[in-house]
Amino acid sequence: MRRAAGAPRVVLTRLRRLLPVLLGALLAGAPQPVRGLAAQEGATPVPPARDARTRPVVVASKPFAESLLLGEVFAQLLEARGVPVDRRPGLGATEIAFRALVAGAVDVYPEYTGTGLLVILGETEAGSAESVYRRVSRLFRERWGVRWLAPLGFQNTYAVAVRRATADSLGMATLSGLAQRAPELVAGLTPDFMGRADGLVGLREAYDLRFGEVRPLMQAVKYRAVAEGQVDVIDGYSTDGALDRFDLVVLRDDRGFFPPYQAAPLVSRRLAEERPRALAALGELAGLLDESTMRRANRRLEVDAVPVERVARELLSELGLVAAPETRDAGGAGRNGPEGGLGRYLWGRRGVILALTVEHLWLVGLSLGAAVLVAVPGGLALVRHPRHAERVMRGAGVLQTIPSIALLAFMIPLLGIGAGPAVTALFLYSLLPVLRNSYTGALEADPAAVRAGTALGMTSRQVLWQIRLPLAAPVIMAGIRTAAVINVGTATLAAFIGAGGLGEPIVAGLALSDTRQILSGALPAALLAVLVDVALGRLERAVAPVGLREAS
Amino acid sequence: MRGPLSFETAPALEGRGLVKKYHAHRALDGVDVRVERGEAVALVGESGSGKTTLLRTFNALVRPDAGEARVEGRPVAGEDPVALRRRTGYVPQEGGLLPHWTVLRNASLVPTLLGMPDAAERGRAALARVGLDPDVFGPRHPLQLSGGQRQRVALARALAADPPVILLDEPFGALDALTRGELVETFREALAAPGTSALLVTHDLRVAFRLAQRVAVLKDGRILRCDTPEALRARPGDAYVAALLARGGVA
Repeated sequence: MRRAAGAPRVVLTRLRRLLPVLLGALLAGAPQPVRGLAAQEGATPVPPARDARTRPVVVASKPFAESLLLGEVFAQLLEARGVPVDRRPGLGATEIAFRALVAGAVDVYPEYTGTGLLVILGETEAGSAESVYRRVSRLFRERWGVRWLAPLGFQNTYAVAVRRATADSLGMATLSGLAQRAPELVAGLTPDFMGRADGLVGLREAYDLRFGEVRPLMQAVKYRAVAEGQVDVIDGYSTDGALDRFDLVVLRDDRGFFPPYQAAPLVSRRLAEERPRALAALGELAGLLDESTMRRANRRLEVDAVPVERVARELLSELGLVAAPETRDAGGAGRNGPEGGLGRYLWGRRGVILALTVEHLWLVGLSLGAAVLVAVPGGLALVRHPRHAERVMRGAGVLQTIPSIALLAFMIPLLGIGAGPAVTALFLYSLLPVLRNSYTGALEADPAAVRAGTALGMTSRQVLWQIRLPLAAPVIMAGIRTAAVINVGTATLAAFIGAGGLGEPIVAGLALSDTRQILSGALPAALLAVLVDVALGRLERAVAPVGLREAS
Repeated sequence: MRGPLSFETAPALEGRGLVKKYHAHRALDGVDVRVERGEAVALVGESGSGKTTLLRTFNALVRPDAGEARVEGRPVAGEDPVALRRRTGYVPQEGGLLPHWTVLRNASLVPTLLGMPDAAERGRAALARVGLDPDVFGPRHPLQLSGGQRQRVALARALAADPPVILLDEPFGALDALTRGELVETFREALAAPGTSALLVTHDLRVAFRLAQRVAVLKDGRILRCDTPEALRARPGDAYVAALLARGGVA
């Protein structure tokens, strides 16, 4: 996913979809039938053997505004054509969304041909938009059986933009034109773009582009910087809503340097083979979305903060694909309602935060509970079979070193998306601290007492249960405590595979540069970590043998 | 060969031709030793002489490579080690009390393991025998006691089930001289009880001479001399033994 590094972008999660529901229910004083783990069991890779015609089509997207919007557009269009839908918005990365699609856990998500070619196929040379589309279509079908439907009509590729006034006064419309005047201009570029072969480095060669000055600028500030005249030229993406908002002109890539990033629905083999009606519905979008349309829609979403459902509905009715939406609440009320302090914002979302916290605790509790059930007896058993101990520890240690996102991605073919793989990953991460502390705690428990117990006729089982275990209890608890605190943090990543929890507002807020939304996930998560630490710290002291506590 | 009928008259402990090798090192290099019923024998020698290894062959903590160890006439090798250990008293160095158990529970350990219904009573009686008031010390935990008191509890634990044989492995090793002096008297009284046999490992010859009827001097896994304190003093019979006695202050 090319945007992950340099450009955190708008993310809307199903949180926003959930918000009105939850608040409504809260106001009505109803207890929350929150989307809990039970509700997510449907996220298994192999759906229950239901009739192929009625099984909901799983519609996913990646965690940035445009992808979320397109996913929602797909979903609403399918629903309008009578196809039931299961939404999985904002899956963690190209890797995760694509694996889920290949595994059949996802039926469709919006993808870009350039990403398919360069990231998924790992090729380095692009070509014309048409040849890239033909190539990914053929190779994806051959290798994985997945299909690229017809392109939606726009490209979201790199863009080089200037103020309209600059373009007009210098008479520039293309990158070739820019190259002529570049020595007089100041460019503000994201560091990511500056370093990439398909960014500034390649652009210099392709157009003999030499700016008077290049300043590194972060994504968040570059639009304002160019609008206010601090720089003259910036890089961006061709469908950024901000290009529209700040009235910038995108210079045409007249030498075809940037790889083509045509957007199209990428669909699973099963959907392609079994659901002609769904396929036909998605096909209706072919060629309908041009770049200015997308820029406007992205602006509604990112700049005006209109909920993604509404932007999608407006877009579909504008295209004449569904009936016009009822104009319930006129005016583009933003996602946060009236601006207020952080406290008021958090209070306003208490229902959602509580629901997410409960979900978070489920993820942590289930995974930790399973780890305790496995690793404590496992660690104690290793004391009696020390020959295997090193190997087992090393195995658990290796699990620990696998990056979380990679582990989640590996599990998609086995477990699909949702709570199942999230709990499994957290379980695997919890094993090592609990196992190691159980083993070493029991092994190193007062050797003199262990020897004396044995010499006076305690069986090895009695030594284990009556000496080693009670003496190791605080050490074991310390391991559980470590695992729990790590788990509370790691569980925020579960949001990337559609498992919910407090990671949802963090991921969404990060992509939106919406600090309050980040905090609405991060603060409860931090608080939860502290509370878990304190509570388990108490438990750790409580399980310390009386005789040892008084001595210390 | 001794038959089953001779168990009652067999020596309390008997080792014949005991060999124990750790890689190339011979910790025991052909040892013969006897402890008669009611007798206390001390094993003395420098560190590494094999005295602790020899002691541990009698409760199956060490399995000899050759030779045979017998307890009351029965070969150790043919016995369930757990059952053997439960009827053999044992006092390790530095006590080895279970720190998470009360003193009384520690003292009652072996009777409890043996399933004796009066285990707690036996623990209390044993504490009283070693000079600790069970009402005062019973509810405490080992780490609340002094080093000498802990060794008394360890002795009480070894005595509580009235074992015919008690093995003592450097029971005074970690104690200061004053505490040791008081404790030795308590141990002497305990070992003097009728029918009690003991094997004691110590590097302290004064303790050995005070507690044991016979003293065996070990060097490099062999017993150089084994005799009464008086006989050893009178005729060391070996330059090494004489030097050891002199250094130990008992010559």
